[in-house]
Amino acid sequence: MKLPRARTAKRRRLMILLLAGLGLGTAAALTLTAFDDHLVFFHTPSDIAAHKVPVDRQMRIGGLVEEGSVERVSGSATIRFRVTDLEHAIPVTYEGVLPDLFREGQGVVANGKLGADGTFRANEVLAKHDENYMPAEVAEALKRAGRWQEGAAKPK
Amino acid sequence: MIAEIGHYALILALCVALAQSVLPLVGAARGDGALMAFAKPAALAQFALVALAFGCLVHSFVVSDFTVRNVVMNSHSAKPLLYKFSGTWGNHEGSMVLWSLILGLFGALVAGFGRNLPPGLKARTLAVQGMIGVAFLAFIVFTSNPFERVFPPPTDGRDLNPLLQDPGLAFHPPFLYFGYVGFSIVFAFAMAALIEGRVDAAWARWVRPWTLAAWSALTLGIALGSWWAYYELGWGGWWYWDPVENASFMPWLVGTALLHSAIVAEKRDALKTWTILLAILAFALSLVGTFLVRSGVLTSVHAFAVDPARGIFILAILVTAIGGSLAMYAWRAPMLKGGGLFQPVSREGALVLNNVILATAAATVFIGTLYPLFLEAIGGAKVSVGPPFFDSTFVPLMIPLLLAVSAGPMLGWKRADLAGALQRLRAAMFLSILAIAAAYWFADRRSVYAALGMGLAAWLIFGALVEWAERVRLFRAPLASVWSRAANLPRASWGMTIAHAGLGLVVMGIAGVTAWQTEVIRLVRPGDAFDVAGYKFVFKGVTRDDGPNYHFARGTFEVYRNEKLYAVMTPERRYFPVAGMSTTETSIRTNLLADIYATIGDPESATQSGNMPAFLAPVTPQTAWTVRIYHNPLVPWIWLGACTMVLGGLVSLTDRRHRVGAPARARPADAVASPAE
Repeated sequence: MKLPRARTAKRRRLMILLLAGLGLGTAAALTLTAFDDHLVFFHTPSDIAAHKVPVDRQMRIGGLVEEGSVERVSGSATIRFRVTDLEHAIPVTYEGVLPDLFREGQGVVANGKLGADGTFRANEVLAKHDENYMPAEVAEALKRAGRWQEGAAKPK
Repeated sequence: MIAEIGHYALILALCVALAQSVLPLVGAARGDGALMAFAKPAALAQFALVALAFGCLVHSFVVSDFTVRNVVMNSHSAKPLLYKFSGTWGNHEGSMVLWSLILGLFGALVAGFGRNLPPGLKARTLAVQGMIGVAFLAFIVFTSNPFERVFPPPTDGRDLNPLLQDPGLAFHPPFLYFGYVGFSIVFAFAMAALIEGRVDAAWARWVRPWTLAAWSALTLGIALGSWWAYYELGWGGWWYWDPVENASFMPWLVGTALLHSAIVAEKRDALKTWTILLAILAFALSLVGTFLVRSGVLTSVHAFAVDPARGIFILAILVTAIGGSLAMYAWRAPMLKGGGLFQPVSREGALVLNNVILATAAATVFIGTLYPLFLEAIGGAKVSVGPPFFDSTFVPLMIPLLLAVSAGPMLGWKRADLAGALQRLRAAMFLSILAIAAAYWFADRRSVYAALGMGLAAWLIFGALVEWAERVRLFRAPLASVWSRAANLPRASWGMTIAHAGLGLVVMGIAGVTAWQTEVIRLVRPGDAFDVAGYKFVFKGVTRDDGPNYHFARGTFEVYRNEKLYAVMTPERRYFPVAGMSTTETSIRTNLLADIYATIGDPESATQSGNMPAFLAPVTPQTAWTVRIYHNPLVPWIWLGACTMVLGGLVSLTDRRHRVGAPARARPADAVASPAE
């Protein structure tokens, strides 16, 4: 009586292990392929100006909205502005409604693709969540450009 | 004075929690009844003291006591009363007090109503609960004192982040915390069982209602958060795979697995060590969620403050709690004896499949959420992981799970006949195929995925109904006997039917809005008319005025359907001068089958001047405005479905069998239903 019980217990354990292995294997395979295709890299305006950045791949940029650069293309919902890390600035176009906290001279993060003409076509624009807070990506861009002043931007 | 009383109560609560975490453990180890019995009054006292502190904090907010720093930073005298009240937890310090309050409440519930618990288990559970209390109260007292005074007091406050001034978000954190903290009790039970080295069916029966209560609250909290994001952010979406959303979703996935594995542990005395591990993981992920959200590692509306001391403190709590409990698990779990045996094709087997898939899905979400942080921490590239990643990992994993949901309950315990189960499900299969065909031919021929999604949803809903019909022998027995069977059906199985059907509604909503959403972004002048998904929109222009603590610009649309006026929509943009922030107020008109959803943007050729946003810049009556309109088919079903799932959880909680362990099992459900008090 004892032996079969032990054997079934072992078989059950093996079954659970196999199932778990299958699940984890599938997940690992899915994750690795997804990482290949969907990992979005962050670049600063200086990276883009130095042509270190692949064209036509989904990426994320960050910096400050250049003062006086925001213009609306008349007759459409398209908006043009420039994002700067205070070393280099790159032109960005976006069609849609800008977030509530989008301001000139303030931090902004945009997702989109870089066109062959050097213009960044954003499909999503994110601004900081409150006036004392600087998005981590923007601080990073300014730091990399050597324009970061500790305390000046008051990261709360 | 009130603030000092609150502060003092917090410190006292910390001292009580310290005693609560040590003495009952010693008592349980020595078999000293008096020391074990100390746990009950201690848990009640801890709750009373934290409740007093919380009351004092609420008082400071409601009367706008600007000598308290926290009130100055997060409130304003002109703010509506509801938001003064909800502002109490709309900030870092207050939300931590709310966390401790709910922690204390759950401890007090176990102390007060767990009369049937063996004294040793009860003492150890409350001691572990006390330790969690110590960690959080010490965190508040030493790094995040909510009652800090300012001198001289300013004349007015800085206002709550306007995005948080919203009824949906006022109650989102309490429900979420009920879920997170509810898992702390399950965790405490698991640790107590490990200390005792014994897990049996009775243990699982005590744990189940707490898991159900926590799961229901968490489901509701997540649904509220998603609904808020839908109407407040103005982006037309309902889930963004944002790290903060993921932080609450991971405990939900593991909690759902726990909910199901606890059934096997109770009914079949199997999967016991796995259930313990899930209990640890569910709470660990709740802590990770709190850490991710509150530490400011993530860029988000939820991240209140970036204070290194706090970050290190929370990290220490995390490492101690997770490391300690997993070490305990590694040490003690092998001593637990295995229980009932089963064949791969059986109810147990189906629940194992459920657990494996849910745990794997939680792992993919975990990797997607934490990989960017990890890469940055080791000095690698700065990356982000967006919705496409989750669409291609999480979604494929869910499909086998959803297929199995309807089949699982049809299988018998121990060993079952899959072919027979599927045959009994043929009505559901037939209706699902019908749903696929109908969705493909009538609604939209472009999207095969949408049709398959509808089929999956129909499979879940009709599968749940078929299972119920089998139990009550619908169409097979006389109506009177069907009626009496339905009346005698355990509440737990009613709960399962309702929750699984609710999941089907959620899937239907997701598939519908994902495949068939229409988005229109355009520049319109007053008088312009345009079409969105069969509705004719006429833009009537924009008016400006002042609200209680904001200025606003309000657009007006007349919406016609078949030449008849269907709705007047008035989306707004609001500017809160005190906080210096703007918000979007969408206008949504729903007929429960679909939403039309309107937002307005900025006027053409205007930019902001100084701090004033562009939508308040001077314009002429003929100025064109950017507008964004969505037609979102089936989207309300996502939240209706989530609420149905919560209802299923609550119905299941009222099951008489769930009261065997502790007589007043309905209590957590009551608490969940009205946490606002």
